[in-house]
Amino acid sequence: MKASVILFPGSNRERDAARALKHASGQDASIVWHGETSLPAGTDVVVLPGGFSYGDYLRCGAIAARSPVMDAVRAHAERGGLVLGICNGFQILVESGLLPGALLRNNHLKFVCRMQHLKVERAGTPFTNGYTDGQVIEVAVAHGDGNYLADVETLERIEGDGRVAFRYCDAEGNVGQASPNGSVNCIAGIYSERFNVLGLMPHPENFIDPLVGGTDGAGLFASLAKAAA
Amino acid sequence: MKARVTVTLKTSVLDPQGKAIEGSLKSLGFDGVSNVRQGKVFDLEVAGDDRAKAEADIKAMCEKLLANTVIESYRVEIAG
Repeated sequence: MKASVILFPGSNRERDAARALKHASGQDASIVWHGETSLPAGTDVVVLPGGFSYGDYLRCGAIAARSPVMDAVRAHAERGGLVLGICNGFQILVESGLLPGALLRNNHLKFVCRMQHLKVERAGTPFTNGYTDGQVIEVAVAHGDGNYLADVETLERIEGDGRVAFRYCDAEGNVGQASPNGSVNCIAGIYSERFNVLGLMPHPENFIDPLVGGTDGAGLFASLAKAAA
Repeated sequence: MKARVTVTLKTSVLDPQGKAIEGSLKSLGFDGVSNVRQGKVFDLEVAGDDRAKAEADIKAMCEKLLANTVIESYRVEIAG
C-alpha cells in the first residue's frame, strides 16, 4: 500500500497516521506538503490527519480545504482512490465538498477529549474489512467541533444508502445517549457515495499498540492495507 | 471600494454559542432578550469602481470561502 499523508500548517497527527499505516502495511507513508499540486505517483490511499490546520481560523478545515493539494486529492477520489480524513481531516473533507454536511461546535461548547465507544455500522468496506457488522470498538475522541449536521434530505440519503460508517455508542453498543458532541443520529463518521472516502472524528490511528491503551483502531488500517494490496 | 460581509448560521441550525450568550445576558438582568445568534463580520476592500462587479466578486468569495453555505447564510453590503 502506497499511502500519502497530507501535512497542512497546524496538522499534528500526521506521524501517528503514518505510523499506523506502516504498522498495517509494512511500507513507509509519504508525508506530502499541502502546497503540492500532485500526489506521489502510485498513491493508493490519501490520509488527511488530525490537528488544527490554519489554527481553525474562519471555520475548522475551511482554509486547508482550499489548499493546492486538495485538487489532487479530489481527482484521486474521483478516480475511485481511497481517502481517509480523521478529525480535522474529516472537517477538511466536508469543507471541500468531498463529503456532505458540516461539523459544528460541540453542543455543550467544550472541547471533548476522552475514550469513546463506536459501533461499526457496516463491515466490508475498504475501511472496515477488519471489523464485523455492529462490532463495538473503543478509541479516543479529541475535538471541539465534531457535531455533525446535514439537512434533512441529505441525512435521509446518507442513512438510506447505509453511508454512516461509525456511530457513538456505549460499551454495550447502545446508540443514543453516548454522543460526545450532539452529532445528529450519533454520527461519528460517514462515507462518500462510492464508499471510497471516509471521514470520522475519532482517532483510530492512536489505538494500534497495546502500549498506548488499545488496538481497536488497527482494524481500520489493516482493512486499508488489504484493500490497497 | 469598501464592503462588509455578514455571515450567520442559518435559522434552521442550532447555535449553542448564541444560546450561551443569551443565558449570560439574562443573568445580567436583560430578561427580555431572545433569539441571540452569533455571526461573523468581514470588512474588505476591492479594487476598481464597478459596483456590480464588486458585488458579484464578493458573492463568489462568500460561496467559495467566507461562508459554508451548508450551514451559513451571508449578506453583502457595499459602502457608499
